[in-house]
Amino acid sequence: MTALLDARLIADRDAFRLDVRLRIAAGEVVALLGPNGAGKSTALRVLAGLHPLAAGHLTLDGVDLDRPDRRVWTPPERRPVGVVFQDYLLFPHLSALDNVAFGPRRRGADRRAARARAQGWLDRVGLGGQARRRPRQLSGGQAQRVALARALAVEPTLLLLDEPLAALDARTRLDTRAELQRHLGAHPGATLLVTHDPLDALVLADRLVIVEHGRVVQEGDAATVTARPRTDYVARLVGLNLHRGRADGRTVTVGGLTLTTADPVRGEAFVAFPPAAVALHPARPEGSPRNVWAATVTGVQRHGDHLRVELGGPVEVVADVTPAAAAQLGLRSGQPVWAAVKAAETRAYQA
Amino acid sequence: MIRPVCRQRTPAALLVPAALGLVFLVLPLVGLLVRAPWTSLPRRLAEPGVLTALRLSLETATAATLLCVALGVPLAWLLARVEFPGRRLVRALVTVPLVLPPVVGGVALLLVFGRRGLLGSWLDDTFGVTLPFTTAGVVLAEAFVAMPFLVIAVEGALRAADPRYEEAAATLGAGRWTTFTRVTLPLVAPGVAAGAVLCWARALGEFGATITFAGNYPGRTQTMPLAVYLALETDLEAAIVLSLILLTVSVAILAGLRDRWVGVT
Repeated sequence: MTALLDARLIADRDAFRLDVRLRIAAGEVVALLGPNGAGKSTALRVLAGLHPLAAGHLTLDGVDLDRPDRRVWTPPERRPVGVVFQDYLLFPHLSALDNVAFGPRRRGADRRAARARAQGWLDRVGLGGQARRRPRQLSGGQAQRVALARALAVEPTLLLLDEPLAALDARTRLDTRAELQRHLGAHPGATLLVTHDPLDALVLADRLVIVEHGRVVQEGDAATVTARPRTDYVARLVGLNLHRGRADGRTVTVGGLTLTTADPVRGEAFVAFPPAAVALHPARPEGSPRNVWAATVTGVQRHGDHLRVELGGPVEVVADVTPAAAAQLGLRSGQPVWAAVKAAETRAYQA
Repeated sequence: MIRPVCRQRTPAALLVPAALGLVFLVLPLVGLLVRAPWTSLPRRLAEPGVLTALRLSLETATAATLLCVALGVPLAWLLARVEFPGRRLVRALVTVPLVLPPVVGGVALLLVFGRRGLLGSWLDDTFGVTLPFTTAGVVLAEAFVAMPFLVIAVEGALRAADPRYEEAAATLGAGRWTTFTRVTLPLVAPGVAAGAVLCWARALGEFGATITFAGNYPGRTQTMPLAVYLALETDLEAAIVLSLILLTVSVAILAGLRDRWVGVT
């Protein structure tokens, strides 16, 4: 598949440097996922033309939009790019219809044609009846859909979405996410979704690109990323314990601890296992589990319907236990326990 | 604190000076009303000079405001949105007419736009245009003194407006000019209106620069404040009547505009 968007984004913002390789095929939805301050927003601003590249290139549909070494730069108003901003930025003095018609109008359509097209887009996002309303008369979910219609109405080759669901409450977010998935699926161009919410990324995107400190740290489809995290951030996102060590066949040495795993690897390797796979015992357990070590409870937190126990020791690990088990163990900070993980529940892979 | 006067706890340390301030502002107006020759008022209002001066005042103040809006809004935009070397200096220069005594402003205008002035001689030779001691000169003098009010108000509004709306407009295909007219200007419209009202009020009351640069010719350059000053030397009652009219008209118009445009901020 040839990439519609082909870019190496190198940009500076104050002391921060972004350096990200990005390729998106036509019809593909890519999520740029990362913690706050990772450079996601800078990447979006560079793609939209609101921030210049320091080096690298930005090529969309075979045309260079920003290429410092060739002195090529296209201003935002001449890029075939649509943006849905985080807080939508609907023009407060214009009706929903005129907000959506704004783009087509600026790109040459006369007033009637632009309004007709805008009405078509509002119908498509299910807001045909709200066309006359001002942004302040719309609910959060409606405003989000108007913003989406406004960005799509210019029929962009590249659609950018900046945390499109972050401003919504949980209930609206669920509905709007499903709705958004439908519209992104229908968009023939390339789509980049910037988010720090792993759920948005997993539901909406075909492929995840994870950035930390301005660099891509991991890339791949949802299944790969969730099964084989490569950084602590990704591991936390997908809820896994992650350790890096040296593997020798079916054992991985992490810190002072040697873990037996189900997957054979050699050399530098990651070993990952879910918190629920960690069992806690008051005394050294007898029998099957081979990965057993002495640990100390460093913290206990509620986590849904169970308790998440943070453990110190040869490796730092979190364990999920039921409230009943916690009561039985009498868990408190500083208490020594024995932790056990079954080899079958760990996953080891090349670093 | 000692006397339980207030239902809400309003500190006396703030209440007393506030009340004094209000009295200080209102008392002179009361004086004007008390001393007004109410019986001879209708006859005096009908005097031809009065209405002429009033009309001239309203016309020139409005023309000066239009001039200030036309030049001042772009200037405010430049100060608020474009990074350029010496921006701080330009911002300071814009406020000079605020601190300059208006008479000095009038002298400065004469030096530039006077018949032998830097620009005035060129205007005279090339176009045969003379500004000093004409109605256009009154407009110029009022605009000079009033423009900072507009620029400061509009620049403040522009700085308070979220520039990301302009970025959103750019991503939708709007160039800088279209963004300015279709997005920025509507967003700061209340600020422009507030600035224009302030500017108009300042222009209406302008005296020093006007009398220096445009003189005091009835029907041509004699605005209400000039008429009041002239009347004061001969006929105190006439001066009071003129003041009363100026007061009534400006308060009525400002109050009307306030509700209509400035509203709640």
